[in-house]
Amino acid sequence: MIQQIMEPWRWQSLLAEWPKFASAFVTTLEIAVFALALALALGVVFGLMSTSHNRLIRIIARVYVEFFQNTPLAIQVFFVFYALPYAGVALSQVTIGILCVGTYTGAYMSEAVRAGIGSIPKGQFEAAQSQGFTYIQTMMLIILPQTIKIILPPMVNQMVNLVKNTSIVTMIAGGDLMYRANAFATNGTMSYGPSYLLCGFLYFLLCFPLTTWARRYEDRLKKRDIQTAEQLEKVEEGLA
Amino acid sequence: MTEAFNSVFTPDNLRYIMAGFVMTMKVAGISIVLSIIIGTVMGLIRNYDKFILKYITGFYIEVFRNTPNLLWVFVCFIAAPFPSAFQRVCCAYVLFTSAMMAEIVRGGLNAIPKGQFEAAASQGFTFLGTLWHIILPQCFRRIIPTMMSQVITVIKDTSFLAQVAVGELLFNTKDLMSKLYTYTGHSVTFGEMCLLFGFAAFLYFILNFTLSCIMRYYQRHQEKGQGVGQN
Repeated sequence: MIQQIMEPWRWQSLLAEWPKFASAFVTTLEIAVFALALALALGVVFGLMSTSHNRLIRIIARVYVEFFQNTPLAIQVFFVFYALPYAGVALSQVTIGILCVGTYTGAYMSEAVRAGIGSIPKGQFEAAQSQGFTYIQTMMLIILPQTIKIILPPMVNQMVNLVKNTSIVTMIAGGDLMYRANAFATNGTMSYGPSYLLCGFLYFLLCFPLTTWARRYEDRLKKRDIQTAEQLEKVEEGLA
Repeated sequence: MTEAFNSVFTPDNLRYIMAGFVMTMKVAGISIVLSIIIGTVMGLIRNYDKFILKYITGFYIEVFRNTPNLLWVFVCFIAAPFPSAFQRVCCAYVLFTSAMMAEIVRGGLNAIPKGQFEAAASQGFTFLGTLWHIILPQCFRRIIPTMMSQVITVIKDTSFLAQVAVGELLFNTKDLMSKLYTYTGHSVTFGEMCLLFGFAAFLYFILNFTLSCIMRYYQRHQEKGQGVGQN
């Protein structure tokens, strides 16, 4: 591995293929962005559902979260890729990546939303109700805006996981960054050293700013005031 | 449906799937135990070393935290200096997960007030004695729930091994899928696919759900016991 990284000609052969790597990187970004949008939407919907007063709605949200948190993403992707075509549903690899990674991360996002709502004092719901706010208004105007600042760190960490998890489409030959790097690494001259190094570096480039920002933000938040620190702790406990 | 069930789950096939499940648990078990030990040591170094080791572990943690696990499976499968594929992939999970564990341990250590070190020192504890008897027990009590969710993540991530042909649960399932028509004698149907993948998902689910239930029980138990030797 180290020896390979030291050999310039291997890097040259890698550079010769840079357009392929660039388009694979774009594919990874594409999957990540759309999956994130899906995950956020599902997260808010199921997060709200899991705090509902209706037992049936709560159970539906629970089943969604437990199923996706306790089975591997790879098996979900394989099911959609290999089994669904038999039922007449054939999707492209990128679409499968977006759908599967999105719904998978959505389960984690919804847990973050649920924990965030749980950290808001009960009195606020009652106060809002006594002022004539409807349920939707209470959530949209009062509760959710307050939870955002607290659940931002766990959400950003989930975003990082989402970016890393997009590499799963490699398993169905999805043409993402990891797939391209692996194809280059296991073909021709077997230049896996430079290939994997570049691949790791590009993922690092995407994830490092997010993790660093999340940690700094969380540290700042903890120092701000006791109430925020307590809410933060409550969210962390609820998430674990 | 029963017909499909019988043709998919012949005793041989079931044995094959279960062998994969055992392999999954073996890889996950070894990786989890080793990475908790290594992760704890790294977390301690990251927090309490005043010299260069602190930066080395910090660099290690950041590198592994910000790159996909699948990448390390590929890298170790090709380049790790071990003879068997099993050892090489375990190496990948240990490398990756110990960085995660180190970060979790670091979070737990940060929550412990600094004054405890001074108090322990005034009572004649050595530095290592303080860590072992005072700091780590509190730290672990705090982080066990987070660690358990990481454990579940490791179990789920062992499914990446299907990509490098180590015979774990998902690989064996996929392998069976590709040979399915030889067992059933006709072309594969959607129902049979659902049975096969459903069973594998069920096995993962049972294992992980049990762990998360234990964790939740522990958490509730801990809440009740709060105030006794806590905070």
